[in-house]
Parts: sequence; C-alpha cells; structure tokens
Amino acid sequence: TTPGLILFFQSGRRLGTGVRLGLGLRMNRTKGDEEEYWNSSKFKAFTFDDEDDELSQLKESKRAVNSLRDFVDDDDDDDLERVSWTGEPVGSISWSIKETAGNSGSTHEGREQLKSRNSFSSYAQLPKPTSAYSLSSFFRGRTRPGSFQSLSDALSDTPAKSYAPELGRPKGEYRDYSNDWSPSDTVRRLRKGKVLIFLKRTLSKEILFRELEVRQIALRHLIHFLKEIGDQKMLLDLFRFLDRTEELALSHYREHLNIQDPDKRKEFLKTCIGLPFSAEDSAHIQDHYTLLERQIIIEANDRHLESAGQTEIFRKHPRKASILNMPLVTTLFYSCFYHYTEAEGTFSSPVNLKKTFKIPDKQYVLTALAARAKLRAWNDVDALFTTKNWLGYTKKRAPIGFHRVVEILHKNNAPVQILQEYVNLVEDVDTKLNLATKFKCHDVVIDSCRDLKDRQQLLAYRSKVDKGSAEEEKIDALLSSSQIRWKN
Amino acid sequence: MAAHLSYGRVNLNVLREAVRRELREFLDKCAGSKAIVWDEYLTGPFGLIAQYSLLKEHEVEKMFTLKGSRLPAADVKNIIFFVRPRLELMDIIAENVLSEDRRGPTRDFHILFVPRRSLLCEQRLKDLGVLGSFIHREEYSLDLIPFDGDLLSMESECAFKECYLEGDQTSLYHAAKGLMTLQALYGTIPQIFGKGECARQVANMMIRMKREFTGSQNSIFPVFDNLLLLDRNVDLLTPLATQLTYEGLIDEIYGIQNSYVKLPPEKFAPKKQGDGGKDLPTEAKKLQLNSAEELYAEIRDKNFNAVGSVLSKKAKVISAAFEERHNAKTVGEIKQFVSQLPHMQAARGSLANHTSIAELIKDVTTSEDFFDKLTVEQEFMSGIDTDKVNNYIEDCIAQKHSLIKVLRLVCLQSVCNSGLKQKVLDYYKREILQTYGYEHILTLHNLEKAGLLKPQTGGRNNYPTIRKTLRLWMDDVNEQNPTDISYVYSGYAPLSVRLAQLLSRPGWRSIEEVLRILPGPHFEERQPLPTGLQKKRQPGENRVTLVFFLGGVTFAEIAALRFLSQLEDGGCSEET
Repeated sequence: TTPGLILFFQSGRRLGTGVRLGLGLRMNRTKGDEEEYWNSSKFKAFTFDDEDDELSQLKESKRAVNSLRDFVDDDDDDDLERVSWTGEPVGSISWSIKETAGNSGSTHEGREQLKSRNSFSSYAQLPKPTSAYSLSSFFRGRTRPGSFQSLSDALSDTPAKSYAPELGRPKGEYRDYSNDWSPSDTVRRLRKGKVLIFLKRTLSKEILFRELEVRQIALRHLIHFLKEIGDQKMLLDLFRFLDRTEELALSHYREHLNIQDPDKRKEFLKTCIGLPFSAEDSAHIQDHYTLLERQIIIEANDRHLESAGQTEIFRKHPRKASILNMPLVTTLFYSCFYHYTEAEGTFSSPVNLKKTFKIPDKQYVLTALAARAKLRAWNDVDALFTTKNWLGYTKKRAPIGFHRVVEILHKNNAPVQILQEYVNLVEDVDTKLNLATKFKCHDVVIDSCRDLKDRQQLLAYRSKVDKGSAEEEKIDALLSSSQIRWKN
Repeated sequence: MAAHLSYGRVNLNVLREAVRRELREFLDKCAGSKAIVWDEYLTGPFGLIAQYSLLKEHEVEKMFTLKGSRLPAADVKNIIFFVRPRLELMDIIAENVLSEDRRGPTRDFHILFVPRRSLLCEQRLKDLGVLGSFIHREEYSLDLIPFDGDLLSMESECAFKECYLEGDQTSLYHAAKGLMTLQALYGTIPQIFGKGECARQVANMMIRMKREFTGSQNSIFPVFDNLLLLDRNVDLLTPLATQLTYEGLIDEIYGIQNSYVKLPPEKFAPKKQGDGGKDLPTEAKKLQLNSAEELYAEIRDKNFNAVGSVLSKKAKVISAAFEERHNAKTVGEIKQFVSQLPHMQAARGSLANHTSIAELIKDVTTSEDFFDKLTVEQEFMSGIDTDKVNNYIEDCIAQKHSLIKVLRLVCLQSVCNSGLKQKVLDYYKREILQTYGYEHILTLHNLEKAGLLKPQTGGRNNYPTIRKTLRLWMDDVNEQNPTDISYVYSGYAPLSVRLAQLLSRPGWRSIEEVLRILPGPHFEERQPLPTGLQKKRQPGENRVTLVFFLGGVTFAEIAALRFLSQLEDGGCSEET
C-alpha cells in the first residue's frame, strides 16, 4: 500500500463499503458477491471512462480499499457506531439492499428508509399540491429495473446544484446517488460522527479527486478539512485537478503569510508571479514581490547606516521599526523621510518608488507632504507645490487641494505663518474662512472679512483675538475705515 | 434569577432551565470532586446560562483555562475539559493529559464537546495516544442561548464566514438542531417562511429531523405561530451601515460580547470617595447589558438622539424621589422611604452608568468625521452617487483610517449599486492594496466571494427598484417618537426587518418581484398540527413570530423588530 492519503466517508456502514459505493460499485449484490467482486481482478465493471490507464489506478485504489478494511478491523475497540439507522448491523446484506433500494424500484421498506434518511427525497415530498413530485414519481425516474447504477451514470446528470434543488425541476433526473451527498445529510453525518474523513494512506489522488468533482458538497468538506489540518500540498493538488486556477493561485499566495524570513518570503513571492491570477491581481502580486525586494535592500543599507552613526537623519530620528513587509505607501513615507534628496537611480529614492509602482500624483504628494512636514522641512513642502510655467513664473498648485495641505500641516504642528500661507491658497472662500478660523490664522480671517465686506463677522471675530494685539488693531483700523463699503 | 427572560411573550426561562438541567446531569455523571478546564471562548456563552454557584453545587471545585503544558495542581477526582471541537484544542488537551500522568494519583478525565462531538477530534486524540484516558466523551448542545425576554443567540461569530465563504454548513445544522430543541419545548411551529439558500437548507433539515422523530408526537400547545428564516446574504446592506440606536452605537464603538461590554474606565471613576480619587481604575469597566435593567430596557432601542432627553427626565425623577425624604415626617413615611431606598439607589447607579456611556458615545457621534461618514452612508443608501469614486472614501484611505471602516464603506457602495463599475472597483482595490498592504488581495477576494464587493454585471443596478418597492429610504424620520422602523438608522429601514414586516402584512405575495431580485429562493412550509393543538384564534389576539437570522443580526435590526412587535404583533427575534 502506498502511504499517503485516503478520503473516507463512513455513512453508518462499514468503512470499506462506503468507499466502494463511492467508486461506483455495482449495486444490488449480495455481500458474497461483493466480496468476490472486490477480491477478483475484474475491473470491467467500473465505468469511469474508457481510458486505458484507469486500470493501473484502479488497482491502486482497490488495494487501498482493501487495506481500509484492515484498518477498520484494527479499530474494533473504537466506539464508532456500527449500526445503521434502523438498527440493523451495518454492512449486513439486508442493509445493503436497503441502502441501494432506490435504484431498482425495490421494496416498499427500502423506500421508506430512504424517505426518512435523506433530505432530498424528503424535500421531494413536501406537501406541494401544485407539483407532481410525489415520492413515487421520484423513483419512477429510474427506468431500468435491475440495471447497474454506475457512477458515471450518476455523475452525468446530477450537478452540484441539484443538492439544493429548486422547485420546478423534473424529478426524474435525480438519482439517489445524490442523496448520499446531500448537504444536510453530510453535515449531519459529519456531526454525528458518521462521516469520517480519514487521511492516512492513499487512495490514488486522481481517483479521489475525480469522484469528488461531481460531489460538490463532499468536495467542500474536503477543502475545508484540508484547510483545517493545514495540508496545503493536497489542497493545491486538488485545486489543480479541478482546474480552479484562481483559487489555486490565491491559496498558494496565502502561504507567504506563514514565512517569516524576508528572503525566503521574497523567493516564495517570486513563485507566485506566474500563477493564474486575474490580470489586475497579477500586477499586484508582481508589485508585492518587487516591493519586498526593495525593502530588503533598503533595510540592509539603512540598518548599516544607522549603526554606523555617521548619518545625521538616522541619529536625529532613529528608526522605530524595520521597513520590511510594510505597505507601499508606508514605504514611500519612509523613503520621503530618510531618503528624500536621493537621485532617481537609487532604489530608496522616493522618485524611483513613484515610477516603479506608478504611484499616482495625489498619493505621492500627500505622502511626501506628510513626511516633510513631520521633519518641519518647510522648504521641501514649498517646493512640492511650486510649479514653473514656460515664462519662468512660479505658481502654486496642489493636486490634493490646499485645504488638505492645510489639514496635514496642522496635524504636524506647523507654525501659524506657514499655515497661513497655505490657507490663503485655498480657493473656495467659505472653506478658506472656516479653516482660517479653525486654525487661528487671524490675518487670513480679517482679510477675508474685508474682502467679503462682512462687517458683522469681523466685529464678531474681534472678540476672539487677544486684547491689545496687532490683530485687534488691524480690525479696529478696518472697522473705522471709510474706504470700505460694508454690506452689513 | 434571570427574571428578565420571562418578561417577553414567550417565557425563555423554560429553555434556560432545560439547558441547565442537561448540564447538571452531565456533571453528576462524573462522580466526586471535579475541576473544569475551559476553552476560554466558551466561558462567555456558559456564563449566560449558569453561574459558578450551579457548578459548585455539583462539586466543581476548581476552574482553569485551557493552556499548554501542565494542568495546575488541584486535589480533585475528575478533570473535565469543556471545549469546542477544534483540532488545535485537542493538541493542548493531549499535552495536559500526558504531562499529568507522570505525577501522583491518577484522576479521571472527561471531555464535554460544545456544541457537538467530532470524530475528527477524537481521532486526533487517538493519534496523540490519549483517547483512552477519557471516561466520558460527550456533547453538550448549547445551540440557542437565551439573551433576553425576546432574544436568543447561537453566539457563533463565524457563521457568516463559514456558510458563505467556506461553504461549511455546520452552523446551519446547529441552527436546525436549536430550532428543534425550541420546538420540543414550545411546540411545533405551524408555519415556516424563509428567504435565501441557507434558510431553505435549514428548513429542509428541520423537516427531515421532524420526520425522524415521528414516533413521539409533540403534544405541547404551540407558542409560536410563525418562523421566519432569513439569510444574512439576502440583506448585506444593513450590517454595513452604522447603527444609530443606543445599543447599536455601544456595539459599533465598543463591541458587545455575550451581552457584556467593556468600557474605558475613566468615566466610571468613583466620585467623591474620601481619598480624593487618587487611584483611577485602569482596568476596563465591564457591564452587562440586558432588559433586566429597567433604564436600559427603556433606552436601548431608541435612536441615540432620543436618549439624552430620557436620561435627563430620569435624573429629575430620581432626584425628586430622593428629595422625598425631607417630606417624610411620620415613622411610617420614613419606613416607606427606606424600603424604597435600595431600588432608588440601583436606579441612580444605572442612571450614572448610562449617562457616562452616553457621554462617551456623544464624543464620537459629534465628531466631524462621524458626521462625514454618516453623510456618505446615507447618500449611498438613498442612491446618490453610488457609481463613482467617492471623495470621502478616498480621503479615508489616504489618511489611513481603519481598514474595516474603509471596507465597510466600499462594500456599502457596492451593495447600493448592485456592484461597482469595474473601473471604480479597480481604483479602490489599488488604493487599498497600496496603502494597507498587498496581502489584502486575500481580504478583497474574500469579500468578493461573500458577495459584499463585486463588479457590476450586466450594467444593471437593481438597488433603486428594491429601495423603492420596500421603502428602504424614508426622508422624514422622527427619531424621538418613531412611526417607522427606519428610525434605527435615521432614515434607512433595514431590508431584513422590512421583509419581516411585509410578511405579516400584507404578505409576501405583494412583493414577489423584489423577492426574485434578492438572492436565494423564498418559500413557505406548513408543519401540520394534530387537531387538538390547533389554535382557535381569538379576535384581537396577536401572532407570535420567531425571526431567525442565519449569519448574524445587528442590534439596530433587533430594535426595529421590537418596534414592530409593539406596533402590532408579538415578535421574538433571534440571531445566529
């Protein structure tokens, strides 16, 4: 037996039987038949498809199944329930017959049992006067009495959705195989301890996955289970098999969170780049890799500079934390803080970051402003908003709006003179007045009132400035001025 | 004890007693002195059904939290682990048991799985070689925990995530189980309505479970008339919006856990204590919030704007009551005054607490940013500018506000626009990833998977139709004396509760079209009752509806349901 993994669903029957059913065992056989069947080497009864190499795989799975039985026997002291829902010993012949009764229009009892034990059929017989879904019509759907219920048969017409059927679907389409896997049943069994997903040895993965592909509910359980026990490898194999490429990619990518070492994490991210993400996500993943690569370089360099103690900025403002694994904007802030004046050619220069990651102007200006304001480098702030036109005139322009500039400067405790300068640049008069009042830029308030010819507001503001201050004098001068035509 | 549970239309003390009895029975199985080792998560929910005194009566002498390595010393005969069925917890238990064996006298080990035994866990214990050490391995199905006279909770925080993200329907099974327990105690619920995929599945499970019990007829006269099962994903909008009821805001700002809230202690410093209040309490103030507290029962569901006036009115009443003492002249009067004193002091304490909480909340609600956020939310919900990049959201990202806040707003916009335009979505995504870190690709994918965030498909926005038909946006709201459920969000009427309202009057047939737009099937099932148990409806008698949210409910929705039940029916709400 190949060591590895086996998926195991025990639904109140002997373990081995469960898997056999799952593999498309011919139904309506007596136990003796079954034994013979399983111990013989006639594989023809399997009806997966016509590929020749199925044979070798089946050999493997058969071995696995047989070894499972051993495993079960070993477990006899365990208190797993071995009795079916009607109290019959699991695996007994009559039990097997009932288990498969729906297939061939069998005894009434069998139906009754089915009726009571699977949600699908119970759903089918909900009192819906308008629907033709009686239980009997449900079973009539099986047209070939005594025929084999082969797996492929069952697969072809019971896609995942049928487990949560909607009204109005022709009942005949449902094969009772789906019953075994209805969500409520599965959940119920899982919780009652009647399903054991038991991973120990291998049932050839290919076969296992193929079986699960058509049993969405069971599949979901397996995926959930693999996540829970952290079997990333099998999970990835499964996604690969199912062609759920994006999920595969994401699941692989998620792994990086568990890697602490930055270099290893970087290498890992590199392996994510080619994965089938959506176009936008691919770009993000690429950026993620590039960013970490940069951060590693910057970190090594700066740690060295800092410990050497020769660089002023690091001495004055020791780094609080490493830049590794920080978001892009944080990295940009860091670079604007410590490496603002560097030439574009260096990895740590803000301009380089801006270009490499196509950081929009707005974002760049905001971040640079915050970093330079924190350092109280007002000249840099000034330069950030100064543009020269072709005649050589300079003009102030802010892609984020000057009201935002003021807010950020204020947050960084900029002196009033500086604040005032930028408050004045706010275009909207009301906003300007509000900001000026909020941040006590007296001159701006006074001038605005004058421009608005709003005597009342100026008068009111007089009480807010210090007694005997220059501002008060200025207000008094304006109020007594005969030059202004006040509007109120 | 737990008197507040019996105030409602349905006496939930019956349920509480039933679960307590089950707990006692288990404890008595393990004869002799015992120590309980707790999965810390469970202590909250258990606290709602039993105090330590109950455990003590059954010889529980020590309690520990589950931790690695050795168990603390305890001179007891039994060690019982109370755990959720989680693999990582099994590893810890095994470690405990293995390190135990080497010392002193042997003790009996037991495990109580809450809410369900799991073979997977037992297998893990077996692999670790300790399964045989346990004498009793049992399950304790604590599905529905009574919270209040009209509120039950499953306290399963992850239900939404499990159902919609991971496709794990275990919590649905628990819900169905819980509802069966409820029916066993309160009678079969004759009519089941539902909307959504999960609702359908829970109903199916219930019907099948009922069929399996065919042997024993439930002979209890039904207390509930209707059950309404609602999928959370039918209404993703409501939980995204900021709740504006008193209780809702407490939850938004401080988070209510198992009906307890932890508050910053500064405001609760004991005043005028002899030693001049030199040592301020540093530990968070923990308060239990439920309708057992008279004042809280009155204000919990009010819009926050209406809370202040109630508090000040109460303050006047209480101080007037205390003034009464000056008028008490005769011995009889004084005696009467004194007899009222404990009640008055409790009322004063309660008033002081809630005044402090209201102040804390007010600090938040009066902030400029709160106002801006609310404005944007209300614009979205009333259908304004949902199709372009929103400036406020952009600012929030730029200023690195909490990611949760940003995502809530973006998702709200997405829901109110039936998905975002691809360009808008891509823009938000890029901004978020650049500011908060690329690893949030995973976060965003999860949101998409859950349907909270998505690109608009087919270029059609259904939200306006839904909004208009269900009257989700009301322009004139009376926050003080509400006339409509929309007061709980100051304008927005929670979709889920509107569905409940329309179901009772005039019935869902009138809104078939909208129901079809909302995700998942809607359905109606009848559970036939034997003739003896059928209700003969008296005129003027109200129906009792049990509303069950699969995947969580907000406090504001509960408030809205309580409001409805005052208007017409007896209601009983519940969350998972």
